[in-house]
Amino acid sequence: MTDQAYNFAYLDEQTKRMIRRAILKGIAVPGYQVPFASREMPMPYGWGTGGVQVTAACLVPGDRLKVIDQGADDTTNAVSIRRFFQRTAGVGVTEATAEATVIQTRHRIPETPLAEGQILVYQVPIPEPLRFLEPRETETRKMHELEEYGLMHVKLYEDIARHGQIATSYAYPVKVEGRYVMDPSPIPRFDNPKLSGNPAIQLFGAGREQRIYALPPWTEAVSLDFEDHPFHATKAPHDCDLCGAKHSYLDEVITDDTGGRMFVCSDTDFCAGRRAKGHVGRLGEAA
Amino acid sequence: MTAHALEGGFTEASVQSARAFREILEAMARPGTIRKIAGAQPPAPLSIAAGVALLVLADPTTRLHLAGDADCPVVRDWVAFHTGAPLASAEDADFALGTWSALHPVSRFRIGQPDYPDRSATLIVECDRLAPHGPCLTGPGIETAAWLNLPETAAFRANRALFPLGFDTLFTAGDRIAGLPRSTRVEAI
Ligand SMILES: [Zn+2]
Repeated sequence: MTDQAYNFAYLDEQTKRMIRRAILKGIAVPGYQVPFASREMPMPYGWGTGGVQVTAACLVPGDRLKVIDQGADDTTNAVSIRRFFQRTAGVGVTEATAEATVIQTRHRIPETPLAEGQILVYQVPIPEPLRFLEPRETETRKMHELEEYGLMHVKLYEDIARHGQIATSYAYPVKVEGRYVMDPSPIPRFDNPKLSGNPAIQLFGAGREQRIYALPPWTEAVSLDFEDHPFHATKAPHDCDLCGAKHSYLDEVITDDTGGRMFVCSDTDFCAGRRAKGHVGRLGEAA
Repeated sequence: MTAHALEGGFTEASVQSARAFREILEAMARPGTIRKIAGAQPPAPLSIAAGVALLVLADPTTRLHLAGDADCPVVRDWVAFHTGAPLASAEDADFALGTWSALHPVSRFRIGQPDYPDRSATLIVECDRLAPHGPCLTGPGIETAAWLNLPETAAFRANRALFPLGFDTLFTAGDRIAGLPRSTRVEAI
């Protein structure tokens, strides 16, 4: 049951209407950052208040909500947000990607492919992909208007000149439907290919910066690159030590103070699901 | 104010508007799909879907244009009581509601500004029926192609040519709703 001290999903109706209008305009102009009047939420900004407000505006009774923080369902941040919506919206919760109807995420896209009917809500710290090139909002807005994305390419190319490859490994910018350059939030660039042609609705919320943007289903999102240096989704050159997965994004975990380490799937639900099916990695134990 | 104006709103606003918004979101995100929304009983000539869409999206901060038969005292009173949205001319409206012919010419509506394309109108077009055949739709939200019985194609092709500017459209008939964002390419077949 919902906590009667709160409105459904915490936010008042007028705030949800304002957020819902912004979401619909974001859907209509994929990759464009719609300003909205972000509200104070009962959690610190670093905890994804933008994502929380977008989730609050989308939830319905009967939803099954999954919340992940860098791929994990069990961090303090993920647990707190999940409990917040259990209490204020009375929704069900799950850790299984395939069973979730709404997934709020900080910095990952689940390994398990998403489906129609699902909504993926990203927590976004800095929505403006041009911010590090140009601190002034009026100027970046102008650059988007005029499709002045040359500086962005120059920056990426400087990476190549300096490192022999594009060094940007998180928040790697994409061009949406050939129009807006968009920051996909600090997901690893390994996840970038999943942004494009995804059957789920993808919504992005930045609380402190007061922006909402969106990728409708099946929308094209192309990682910026160069003919002589095409984009590659990269990961650590290992298999998961627990489940043996060859193609999942890995976290490096230090296992002792003598330099021991292991590589494990960042997506805890994906890894647990594989182990439950009997897959065993180098250091794993048979389930 | 007419007595009917007080009736026909949501009985459980936060949950009913949440459910209806989710359907409207799916409709706009997947152009051509036809969804069902419920919870309001607006006065004639408004459809249930158009009434619900107003309750979900309109409020004192959004300007509403009522066109043709929708611009009548009983609808004006109902809208004022349940949404508080101020009425406006077509040129100033955030939302515009009426039949396709009543909304014409649609070139009057706000298409946003080059630096703020979100500052554009959303049209709520009352239709006799919605059916998944007619002009072919492609673009964001559509895997290969979709079809919807649009009232015409030329106006939507002209609107698409303005992208990223343009108005966005919701089509309503009875308790059904479909969406056509400005990003959709429309071809007569
Ligand atoms: Zn694993």
